[in-house]
Amino acid sequence: MNKLGLIISREYLTKVKNKSFIFTTLLTPLGFLVFFVVIGVIFSYEGSKTYRIAILDKSEMNFELPQSTKKFAFIKSTNTLDSLKAQYLRDELDGILVLPKFAGVDVKAYTIYYYADKPMDIEVESNLENFLEDGVRDYKMKSLSLQKEQLDKLKTEISIDPEPVSATEKDRSAYTSKIATFIGGAMGYVIFFIIFLYGASVMRSVADEKVNRVVEIIISSAKPIDLMLGKVIGVGLVGLTQILIWVILIPIIYIIGMSISGINVQQLQEASQTMSQHQTVNGEELVNVIREISTMNWWKIAGLFVFYFVGGYFIYASMFAAIGAAAGDDINDTQSLTIFVTIPILLAMYVMFQAIRLPDSSLAIFASMFPLFSPIVMPALLAFDPPWWQILTSLMLLFLFSYFMIWFAGRIYRAGILMYGKKASIKEIGRWIWKG
Amino acid sequence: MSYLLELRQVVKEYNSLKAVDHVSFSVPESSIVGLLGPNGAGKTSLIRIITGITQADSGNVLLHNQDIYKIKDPSIGYMPEERGLYKKMKVGEQLIFLTRLKGLSKQDAERNVVFWMKKFQIESWWNKKVNELSKGMSQKVQFIATVCHQPKLIILDEPFSGLDPINTNLIKQEIQRLKNEGASILFSTHRMEQVEEMCEHIVLINKGKIVLNGEVNEVRDRFKENLFEVKTESGIPDSIHELFEVIPESENHFYIRLKANQQNNDILSWLLSKEVKIKSFNELLPTFNEIFIKTVNESSHE
Repeated sequence: MNKLGLIISREYLTKVKNKSFIFTTLLTPLGFLVFFVVIGVIFSYEGSKTYRIAILDKSEMNFELPQSTKKFAFIKSTNTLDSLKAQYLRDELDGILVLPKFAGVDVKAYTIYYYADKPMDIEVESNLENFLEDGVRDYKMKSLSLQKEQLDKLKTEISIDPEPVSATEKDRSAYTSKIATFIGGAMGYVIFFIIFLYGASVMRSVADEKVNRVVEIIISSAKPIDLMLGKVIGVGLVGLTQILIWVILIPIIYIIGMSISGINVQQLQEASQTMSQHQTVNGEELVNVIREISTMNWWKIAGLFVFYFVGGYFIYASMFAAIGAAAGDDINDTQSLTIFVTIPILLAMYVMFQAIRLPDSSLAIFASMFPLFSPIVMPALLAFDPPWWQILTSLMLLFLFSYFMIWFAGRIYRAGILMYGKKASIKEIGRWIWKG
Repeated sequence: MSYLLELRQVVKEYNSLKAVDHVSFSVPESSIVGLLGPNGAGKTSLIRIITGITQADSGNVLLHNQDIYKIKDPSIGYMPEERGLYKKMKVGEQLIFLTRLKGLSKQDAERNVVFWMKKFQIESWWNKKVNELSKGMSQKVQFIATVCHQPKLIILDEPFSGLDPINTNLIKQEIQRLKNEGASILFSTHRMEQVEEMCEHIVLINKGKIVLNGEVNEVRDRFKENLFEVKTESGIPDSIHELFEVIPESENHFYIRLKANQQNNDILSWLLSKEVKIKSFNELLPTFNEIFIKTVNESSHE
């Protein structure tokens, strides 16, 4: 085995056999599971309390009492407000709704008073508003002698279906851009996290070797660039291993966990929908989404994703390696230098969000070419089907730049790992780069 | 004599400061050479050039008459002054890794590691992580890491610093044994008694330049001041001052420095002729400590 191979395999094996790696790899999906179960429990929590609410109707619109539910018990009252307040204080009521006189059908705003010493929670408030709105609407309909069917006829669902002009373009559905945005954002995120997590791991590993002084023995037997590359590749492989395990493990644990806890995905969705008051996804819509996802060219997206991951990882991990090498004996020294990595990578993240919003903008096209941004931005844009020439140019620039970056970081690395003691200044680092 | 390592006019500059300034010396086959010098003299820079960690700006470093940078896996074992091992790696794995990194096959590396661990009676540590070892234990592991690939040239930077007396002895014995088996050892040190005890050659550098270079006995001869220590049972006649330069210590104890044309026997025969009872008579040779300080001071004042 050549030296690079030896270094890679050492880096990989020691990291993978490390207890903390095994723990995080296995416990993270479990953590996710616990998270989902807890979220499910929280959202399916209804609360056992029934709100007893007295309604004092002075509106003169013959308001129809809403049906009592598990959560609400409505009592129509003819008592005075004072006697109701007394009841409230005796804890026989949880709230008193007072409907003042309703002026007529032309009224656009109508204030109803709610008497209670405790503030209303959001859910109670929105539920009550819904009840009351319905009541007022019914009254208005009756006064205007409108039929419910007539009103329903006024409603029309509008959807815009994009159709291609050229025959070579494929037909897309109205969901394409939404799904593309979602998938693109997710891909950008994943690359961002991988680069950041494992890049930082490379940095720690380099700084560790320097602090341990083992580096001097290694580079008396192997070239510094081999050591740096070995580290970058080794840690990258560790990352891929971890992701692979998660990709397999998370769905399994998820399914097992869901069947154990008796919570199913639908329940979760319903829970989150009542929360955000979105419309429920109806069957037809779901089918469309699935059809849309299945028509995407996943081979292309997944393949290119890997290329961008590799390129981006090499660029940022070698920057991290150089920083690790420039650090002094205190690993915390690296913090002030990591700014050179965090700024471009965070910028890339923000540009990515903008780019998926406006995938045809010049910002998006520039960012998908610029090698410090492209590993995060381009995968996010892939779902929007950019032309091949853009992809190829961007990939070429990416790999040219990562080659340059490895060389550049190698210069810093080579000089940095032998400078013990204090952290290097920017000036010194500059000298290492120019003079070697 | 055939040389294992030869340096010819080696120069290395850092920020226009000459860390190594036209250094030339040789390490013979099967020898122990001491590389001496005050702190910051350029010892570590020089060692890093020989080990190929950094390259010389100019000059040649030859191993077996071949440019050392052109040899794949030159047969060198190096123990840096700043010791270091992977803390979380097991001893056995670590030694095999470091040995294979020197170009040995997996089988050879394994065989050598087992051999050395048995020799130092530390086979039971095979599966221990380095951070579980005591300092003395990890020093042994460090030494094995240096010699496990059977290098022809072994470079030790301050090998005894931080070693307990038992390990110091062990390493001294091993250095002697490795030398007898044909390896050459170049080691840097501050401790002059070790130079006297172990080295056959010394190279003294100061401010990046060689200020003294030669065989230990020859160097000592070069620095001797023809000073003799005499102890007697009775006093000596004052007439001695007419013949010799005498530095009295006490009535029965004094030093005599020979003048240019005098021999040591001249002192003895004069004393015998005066029937002085001699208790002891010996030449005072300079210690390496003195030689070191003298040479460094002289070269610093140049």
